[in-house]
Amino acid sequence: MSETAAATFAAAPAKPDTPRSAVTEGRAVRWTLTAIAIVFLALFLVLPLATVFVQALSKGFETYIATFREPDALSAVRLTLIVAAIAVPFNLVFGIAASWAIAKFEFAGKSLLVTLIDLPFSVSPVVSGLIYVLVFSAQGVFGAFFVQHGIQILFALPGIVLATIFVTFPFVARELIPLMQEQGTAEEEAALTLGASGLWAFLTVTLPNIRWGLLYSVLLCNARAMGEFGAVSVVSGHIRGLTNTIPLHVEILYNEYNFVAAFAVASLLAGLALVTLLIKSILEWRYAGELAAGGRH
Amino acid sequence: MGGTSGRPSTAIRVEGLSKTFDTAAVLHDFDLDVRAGELLGLLGPSGSGKTTLLRIIAGLDFPDRGRVLFGGDDATGLPVQKRAVGFVFQHYALFKHMSVADNIAYGLNARKRAERPDKAEIKRRVGDLLDLIKLSGFADRYPSQLSGGQRQRVALARALAVEPRVLLLDEPFGALDAQVRKDLRRWLREIHDRTGQTTIFVTHDQDEALELSDRVAVLDKGRLEQVGTPDEVQDNPASATVLKFLGDAVEVEAIAEGGQVRVDGRPVPGVVAPAGLIGPVKLHVRPWQFQLTDPSAAHLRGTVRSSHRSQGRQRIEVEHGPGRPLLVEDFDGERYAAGHPVGLRIVGGYVFA
Repeated sequence: MSETAAATFAAAPAKPDTPRSAVTEGRAVRWTLTAIAIVFLALFLVLPLATVFVQALSKGFETYIATFREPDALSAVRLTLIVAAIAVPFNLVFGIAASWAIAKFEFAGKSLLVTLIDLPFSVSPVVSGLIYVLVFSAQGVFGAFFVQHGIQILFALPGIVLATIFVTFPFVARELIPLMQEQGTAEEEAALTLGASGLWAFLTVTLPNIRWGLLYSVLLCNARAMGEFGAVSVVSGHIRGLTNTIPLHVEILYNEYNFVAAFAVASLLAGLALVTLLIKSILEWRYAGELAAGGRH
Repeated sequence: MGGTSGRPSTAIRVEGLSKTFDTAAVLHDFDLDVRAGELLGLLGPSGSGKTTLLRIIAGLDFPDRGRVLFGGDDATGLPVQKRAVGFVFQHYALFKHMSVADNIAYGLNARKRAERPDKAEIKRRVGDLLDLIKLSGFADRYPSQLSGGQRQRVALARALAVEPRVLLLDEPFGALDAQVRKDLRRWLREIHDRTGQTTIFVTHDQDEALELSDRVAVLDKGRLEQVGTPDEVQDNPASATVLKFLGDAVEVEAIAEGGQVRVDGRPVPGVVAPAGLIGPVKLHVRPWQFQLTDPSAAHLRGTVRSSHRSQGRQRIEVEHGPGRPLLVEDFDGERYAAGHPVGLRIVGGYVFA
C-alpha cells in the first residue's frame, strides 16, 4: 500500500487517479472477495436448489405431475396448508399483542418476556417437539386430562399445530417490536386527543403504520410454518395420509428410494421459498423505511 | 367560552397537582389558573415539569394528587377522548399514511355516526382550515412531502378541526430552524387573535414565551415560580430563578441599608431594598443595567477582557476581581481593546429577600 501511495504522490499532477475513499480496497482484493462469495453461493445455495428441480423433472413432466395425484401427497399438502392456516393467524395475533405491550408500555418482567419470545429460535426444534410429547402424552402433565375427554393431541392435527406455533412464535413479534418502538406512541396519542377510541386508533393509525412489517413477518412465519420438520416430526407420528406434512412426506418418499417423487414434493417447498424470497426482496426494496431496520431475518 | 361579563373567566384550573415518575417528582403541589381566551406560555428549563403539566391537562398523563378543572367541572378522571382538547406535538405526530386533508378530518371522522358531520360538511371544514393555515393547494399531499413548518401548521389545523375548548402546544416550534420558527410564532399569534382560542403552549425559549404570550408562567423544578404578563415577569421577577431564566444577569456584592442598595458606598439608582433587609445582599444586574463610565465616578472598576458587536449593540466582558467576568451591554459606540481599564455605573438591578 505504501508504495502505491508514494507513486501516487510523485505522479499526482500527471495522472489524476480515480478518487478512492479510505475504506475502499484495491481491485485485486475486491475481485477475490466477490469471487469467493459467488462460488460459495453457487455451491451451497444455487446448486442444491437447481438439483431439486432437475431431479424432480428427471423422468419428465408427466411423472412430476403424477406425484401430486397420489392421495398421500395430496393429504400432506392439505395438512400443511391447514397447519399454516391455523398457526400463522395465531402468531399474527399473538405477535401484534406482544409487540404492542412491549413497545408501548412499561411493565415489570418486560425484558423476560422479550427473552421468552426469542426462546424458540435458540431451542432445537426436536427438543421443542419432545416438550409437547412430554406434556401431552398419556403419562404427561395434561395428557391424562385430554385422554379422559377423548381428545387426541399427539400424533394428530392439534399436536402438529402446537409444535408449529411454538417454532414460528418469534417471527411476527421480532419484526414488530423494534418497528413499533421506533414509531413511538405520539401518533396514537394524537389520535386519542382527537377523540378516537383505543380500538379506532389501533385500526386507523397503528395498523397502517406497521402493515408492511406485518406482511413481511407473516411471509417469513408462513415459510417456516410450512417447512418445519424437526418439531413436527416428533409429534406427528408419521401416519401416512393422516399426519404427514409436506416435509415429512418428502422424507418418507426419500427413505423409500422414490427419489423423483421425493424431489417433486420437495420442489413445492423450494418454490415456496423462492416466492417468499421474491416478495421479501420486493418489500425490502420498496418499503425499506417501513420495516424494522434491525429486524431483518 | 369567553367571559360574559367582560372580565376574564377561568377556562382551566389546576389545583394541588403532584406527579412523580419512578422516584423523581416532576410536579409539586402545583396551582395554576388559565383564563378563557388567553395565550398562556409555560416557560421553564428542561425537567421543570412543563410538558408533564400540559399532558396532565390533556389527559395523556394522570396526576398522583390534585385536580384539573375545566370551566369549573372536575375533569381529573376524564379520559383524553372526552376532554375536547387540541394537542400539538413537538414532532408533529401527523398520520404518515394519510393525506393532509385526511389528517385534518381525522377527529371529525372518528366521531360516532350520530355526532359526525356529513361528508360535505367535513370537506367544507377541512377547506376552511386549509385556508387558515395557508395550505389550500396541499389537501392531497402526504406529510412526507411537506416541510417542517408546513407539517406543524397541518398539525395545528388537525387539532383545531375538532373545535377544542383548549389548544395545547408542546414545544410547537422546537424542531424547526430559527427563521421558520419566527414566522410561525407570528402566524400563531395572528391565528390566536382571530379565533380567540384558549391556548397553552410549552417552551424553553424565553424570547418565544415573551413575544407570544398574553401571560407567562415560569416553572422550575416542578413548581410555579411566577405567572404574569411578559412585562410583569420582566419588570418584577419574583425570584432569582425567574430573573436568571429570563435573561443574562450577573451578581454583584452590595449592602442594603435604609431602603437603599449601595455598591462600593454609592447608592444604586432605581433599586429599592425589600423592607427589613439590612446588610450584605446580592444585587442582580442585567447587562444593559451597566453603563461604561469614568472609573472615578463608578460603582465598579475593572479591565476589558473581550468585546463583540451584534445588531447595533456591543457586549463587553469586564474582568473584575477573582469572580466571573461581568457582562456589559452598551450601544455600539466607542470600542474598547482588551486590557482597557473601565468604570461601570450600575443604573438598575434586582434584590431578592
